[in-house]
Amino acid sequence: MRVRIDPAWALVTPALLAIGVFFFLPVVAALGLSFTDFDVYAVGDLARLRVVGLANYCHLLADARFWTALRNTAYFVFVGGPLSVTVSLGVALLVEARLVRLKGLFRTVFLLPVVTTLVAVAVVWRFLYQPRFGLLNHLLGLVHVGPIDWLGDPRWAMPAIILLAVWKNFGFNMLIFVAGLQGIPAQLDEAARLDGAGAWQRLRRVTLPMLAPTFVFVAVITLIGYFQLFAEPYVMTQGGPGDSTLSVALLMYEEGFRWWNMGAGSAIAFVLFGIVLALTVLQLRLRRGDLRLATSGSGGAR
Amino acid sequence: MTAPRHLALGVLLLVAVPACRRDARPALRFWALGREGEVVAQLLPEFERRHPGLRVRVQQIPWSAAHEKLLTAFVGGAMPDVLQVGNTWLPELVALGALEPLDERLARSAAMRTADYFPGILAANLIDGVTYGVPWYVDTRLLFYRTDLLAAAGLARPPPTWAGWVAAMVRMQAAAGPGSWAILLPAREWEPLVILGLQWGADLLRDDARYGDFRSPAFRAAFTFYLEFFRRGLAPPGETAVANVYQDFARGAFSVYLTGPWNLGEFARRLPAAARDRWSTAPLPSPDGEYPGASLAGGASLVIARGSRRQNDAWALVEYLAEPAQQARFYQLTGDLPARQSAWRAAALPDDPRAGAFWLQLQHVRSTPKIPEWERIASAIAHYGEAAIRGDMGIDGALEALDRDVDGVLAKRRWLLERAGG
Repeated sequence: MRVRIDPAWALVTPALLAIGVFFFLPVVAALGLSFTDFDVYAVGDLARLRVVGLANYCHLLADARFWTALRNTAYFVFVGGPLSVTVSLGVALLVEARLVRLKGLFRTVFLLPVVTTLVAVAVVWRFLYQPRFGLLNHLLGLVHVGPIDWLGDPRWAMPAIILLAVWKNFGFNMLIFVAGLQGIPAQLDEAARLDGAGAWQRLRRVTLPMLAPTFVFVAVITLIGYFQLFAEPYVMTQGGPGDSTLSVALLMYEEGFRWWNMGAGSAIAFVLFGIVLALTVLQLRLRRGDLRLATSGSGGAR
Repeated sequence: MTAPRHLALGVLLLVAVPACRRDARPALRFWALGREGEVVAQLLPEFERRHPGLRVRVQQIPWSAAHEKLLTAFVGGAMPDVLQVGNTWLPELVALGALEPLDERLARSAAMRTADYFPGILAANLIDGVTYGVPWYVDTRLLFYRTDLLAAAGLARPPPTWAGWVAAMVRMQAAAGPGSWAILLPAREWEPLVILGLQWGADLLRDDARYGDFRSPAFRAAFTFYLEFFRRGLAPPGETAVANVYQDFARGAFSVYLTGPWNLGEFARRLPAAARDRWSTAPLPSPDGEYPGASLAGGASLVIARGSRRQNDAWALVEYLAEPAQQARFYQLTGDLPARQSAWRAAALPDDPRAGAFWLQLQHVRSTPKIPEWERIASAIAHYGEAAIRGDMGIDGALEALDRDVDGVLAKRRWLLERAGG
């Protein structure tokens, strides 16, 4: 009997091969590495490689710097994330407001930080944050606040990074919110208006519930993206001062590429992966509940 | 009608292009770092003139990316023939088996005279008794200071001993006026603290570098002395207190700076005109009577990759760059201090008031422990040094944590030593 192969395989095989070679293989290799003490010695001579089982993970959990990094990352995600989403939503609502002219121009301007190279942005922001001559402290000085040593004070370094990250990233989420807003039929808003709903009520009862699916997407993407905090502290503070902006991804980079401890670095990568996966699943669960509530709630109001 | 003609042209190209390539030997690949990488190309036409048929292709690599790129190149089998490395990287590259031993070539070479090098710097290129690098330029740390503020403080000369150091800083701070610091000891760098430790006789590591030895009385004393500058408000506790080193030095925001030879050029170029003649350099104070105190045997070396198939050509390039005349020229182009003492004399450097202090200091330099883990240990030293400066940790707490971290870093080394021993 001849086996018939579905011709679809011919079409997807190249893509599957590419994904297999360039994605799954490295992931599996990294998982394997995370159970070894692969380091500079092992690069020189593989006989100096030891399989250490879960030792990398145990060391990591016992490492005070890892917990510092995790705490910093959580700070960044749970303060910076909501802030970023709120700003994006607010700007999207403003840009899409009926009275606004030149919508295209505003959208482009707000998207500019997203498409600008972070390194260039960081140079400018370092000037803004400069404690004595920086613009930010100058403005604060006008209202008799400060001066704040933004990047030099462990208490202010993370807020400074969050401010930069929110400014740098809000444009992308704004664009998604704009798309979501444009997908809401104008009749709903008009109907609510005829029913005598004010601007705030229309926002809360019509716009936001209709945006819920967009919200879920934005929240998940932001959570994942923010957990991978790397470039901002890498460029601005190198994790300092006193590890106050050290993130998990930065710690991973240090282990892997600065010290070339690929085993320990891979272990951090998988711990970070586990955390992000767990939180994403949790978030989706919660939101699904939310969505159901939102739709049944609005159904009940009709 | 035109098809055959195109075909003929194509065939001609196919034949001709590889043929053109074949008659010239591939260029010797040379990786140079940072500013040196930009400038060294100016030395090479002379080399290529002397060695017809030999071409050198320089690839310039920024310092910040160099270490990572080197390791990646080694793993990927893409090492160049000759490369410039910081001499503290040598132990790691030797552990990888990436470098060619140079002792035989050095002994045979007519152009090289090892006695011409600063002994401490040459020793830094020796790993377990084998020479792997030829010093290219040297680097150490000493004091840059404001001559006018020193005079205003009523001091005849920079302090020669630790005992007078703190007192001199207090007087200079008073002379510079309120809102100023006496000395800039970059809090994030490990060098100042390690220098003080080495001066006080600390070994840093113990038992053949199996464990950290930072709780030793010697290192503890050096650490206490180091923190004294910060506790008494003589040194700024963080990086951001100083906005621009050059402007702040000219303003008198700090009057002494523990730094290296690259600032000879930077100070000359970047200080405002008013401050141009108001600074000089001095070797480091010592904890005992023996002036000057020791500093670090830093610098960059030229090495040859073990995997290179053109080691003779590579050696010719190393020999050429090590010639006193080329060293002197390189100094003029970069301001990097030559590794050969005859090149110093040729450029009249020992008599230069500012470079002269380096001449003196370079006779008293020591290497940090020559093990692959050193960079990581150094980074841990800076980390706990900074924590103690901030007051987040006490002296003993910081040293205990440092020893614990360093013991962890050295675990693999202990295993390797035991395996080799038994």
